[in-house]
Amino acid sequence: MVNRHSISMPFSGGKAPPWARLVGIILYIAITFGLAYSLEDILPRAAEIPLTLFESLAFLAFLGSAMILYYQPIPKVAKLILGILVLLLLMPALGLRNGYYLEVATQVGIFAALALGLNIVVGFAGLLDLGYVAFYAVGAYLWAFFGSTQAGLVLTSIKDFFPLGGEWFFLFLCLGVIVGGLAGILLGLPVLRLRGDYLAIVTLGFGEVIRVMVNNLDKPLNLTNGPQGISPIQRPPLFFMPLLQALGFDLEPRQIYPIYFYLLVILIALIVIFFTRRLDDSPIGRAWIAIREDELAAQAMGVPLVRTKLTAFAAGASFAGAMGVLFAAKQIFINPESFTLMQSIGVLAMVILGGMGSIPGVILGAILVTTLNLQILKALSDWLNAMRQAGTVLNLGFIQYAMKNLPVQLEPAKYERMVFGIVLVLMMIFRPEGVLPASRRKLEITANRETPPEAVSATPPVTGGGE
Amino acid sequence: MQTETVAPTRAVSRGIFSSQMLRTLFAPLGQLAIWTVGTAVVLSLVVLLLALIFRTSSSGVDRFTLVLSILPQVIVDSMVLGFVYAMIALGYTMVYGVLEFINFAHSEIFMIGAVVGAEVLISLSEAKALENFNPLLLILLIIAAGMAVSGLVAVVVERVAYRPLRNAPRLVPLISAIGVSFFLQDLVRMLESIWRNAFYRTYPDVPSFSQRISFGDTLDVSYKSIIVVVAAIVMLLALNYLVGATKIGKSIRAVAQNRATASLMGIDVDRAIALTFLVGGALGGAAGVLYGLRFSTINPYTGFIPGIKAFTAAVLGGIGNITGAMLGGIVLGFLETFGASYLSIFTEGAFGAEYKDILAFGILIIVLIFRPKGLLGEVVGERA
Repeated sequence: MVNRHSISMPFSGGKAPPWARLVGIILYIAITFGLAYSLEDILPRAAEIPLTLFESLAFLAFLGSAMILYYQPIPKVAKLILGILVLLLLMPALGLRNGYYLEVATQVGIFAALALGLNIVVGFAGLLDLGYVAFYAVGAYLWAFFGSTQAGLVLTSIKDFFPLGGEWFFLFLCLGVIVGGLAGILLGLPVLRLRGDYLAIVTLGFGEVIRVMVNNLDKPLNLTNGPQGISPIQRPPLFFMPLLQALGFDLEPRQIYPIYFYLLVILIALIVIFFTRRLDDSPIGRAWIAIREDELAAQAMGVPLVRTKLTAFAAGASFAGAMGVLFAAKQIFINPESFTLMQSIGVLAMVILGGMGSIPGVILGAILVTTLNLQILKALSDWLNAMRQAGTVLNLGFIQYAMKNLPVQLEPAKYERMVFGIVLVLMMIFRPEGVLPASRRKLEITANRETPPEAVSATPPVTGGGE
Repeated sequence: MQTETVAPTRAVSRGIFSSQMLRTLFAPLGQLAIWTVGTAVVLSLVVLLLALIFRTSSSGVDRFTLVLSILPQVIVDSMVLGFVYAMIALGYTMVYGVLEFINFAHSEIFMIGAVVGAEVLISLSEAKALENFNPLLLILLIIAAGMAVSGLVAVVVERVAYRPLRNAPRLVPLISAIGVSFFLQDLVRMLESIWRNAFYRTYPDVPSFSQRISFGDTLDVSYKSIIVVVAAIVMLLALNYLVGATKIGKSIRAVAQNRATASLMGIDVDRAIALTFLVGGALGGAAGVLYGLRFSTINPYTGFIPGIKAFTAAVLGGIGNITGAMLGGIVLGFLETFGASYLSIFTEGAFGAEYKDILAFGILIIVLIFRPKGLLGEVVGERA
């Protein structure tokens, strides 16, 4: 990438004055945006040049600007203005140019919110939940059931009432929170008394149970339509359409919906970030961290163990429930394939890569893993395929390799499990606290490793005192 | 790790035929027989009783004769599945006994055994060597190949992904194990794809294994099923001998009881742990080969569901307890096969065999809530 040096500059703890940083970050945003926007016009078309790969990397760098911005010691107003500029103006502009960018950005938002929810369970409370996507499925099927003709098949006496109108979506978004939370409590009540590693396996089992049920509950009552999935699902109405037309924007619904969902996801993600931050600083958040660091000691200090764990479980599950409702409305079509163990592990990889318990870290994890999954691996596959078809011969100096000899099965896009696996193992061995560790040090993660004495004394005191 | 009968030191010097020795070796086998027969009888009585109570279905079929007619076959299938689970469960339980950690990647060790067995058989059949092979020798060959590769992979995984994390908090190695599990799935997929351009494998048909013996009209047992059960019993006996009566076994048991003290007594802890992984992995590999022989089609993702179920079996039997893992496997195999076979008869097709996975997880949750120490286990204390 051309602008590699400018990535390291804003993150480095150098002594650049604020104005220089401001100029630097603006330059960075401009360059990455420009690259993502116009790379396809600049680069010549040839099989050897991985255009989509460069594009996705430029896009990733552009998405990263929001993260870099967050860490800059520049005036808050400047941060806010730049943030709004990036998220609300430049991103939709990119989306109008190439719809897939917006799709990826929307998915990043959804997964960031999901990962923040899982972060409450895994990062704050230290409970390993491997079936997290089950709550996401509960939310998605909740709206899919009532927001399509599916409900009419079961509730035959009030058949004409379904599908519910799009305006019900917002009510169901709130219902998703409640139903997700209830599902979390229902699962949590029996299993939260278990020790951590048993809990992991039971939640994994629960995730599979939900998947099997969703797959098979097309009989005796057709609740989920089995493996075929449910479609079409109602979308929220475009109530602001007249306003847009009055302002002179004459856009088709199919152009508006992606931007609409993008903005909706951004809004919900911001709400989720706000809630997570408040929870982190609240007495309950401190109780979670106390449990994570030492269950026995926390109990001895009067933290009610099961109730506190249950709150963490329910809070995480309710985020997933709401995101599920949103996902169903965005996709119009859902089937059991969207709710596999891979999804749970993907979300877990985001939390672990970014840093358990660290909110910016988890968002960074969501950005990295989602773009890797949706864009970079695919772009690599396309590149290899293009070279294979064009009959390119790689010249590595000492050996020549004809690309057409590369086995067809070797497609990076199909090996996401391997990538996740490597990420999980390497992070656990070399950096268990994540790329952007939480400011509150994690004993659960770093215990029994030699901590340099200056690191201990440098730990900021926990504000607010005990409970 | 607790074996039910712990051989005293002198047993080794007294030789293999002393009464002490025989008890060490065969007492678990007796227990196994009792539990197998007991579970079979109890479950059969339950389904027969249910069939008598709800005798005619809405379509007028006599459920009692239907249930009775498939019962012998169901029992045989249960035993085959149960012994496969038992062998996988041993790997989980041994590692848990020594390290108090769920080796999530064990299901992939099992899968690797199945794939290696398939590759060996396919290579032999491509070389047209299958017909001339002595069937007994063939079985031994593929099981040995599966055991060797799986055992080695297990040791390597331990060395690379678990040993650096041995003193870390318990969530850390578990996450690492999950990562290893996913990595191995796709690694096998990649290797198989490059090697044969497809990653699904079917065990080639070996004529001498596909024969069946008929007992009356209702029961008809294939050689494969007999091979699975016999091989499993032999392995379990060998494991009993290894853990209960050899120095290696003693070092493993010592490390399981107290790592620090074992180390002070001159036991090489790293070596004992590596040996545990080798033995557990080899058993998993053998189970994989047997599973492949019995169920034919395998792929790099085959291991996941049997792995989770075998873990359930280990918990059911009391995790950390070797005999318990065997019993848990048998009981789970029976419950699952009975559920899969009879659920749809009693619910008239509304709930079919698809729900057998739910049954296993339901059992796991119920056991963990009401009897977390399992059938034979003792309470495992919180690691300080």
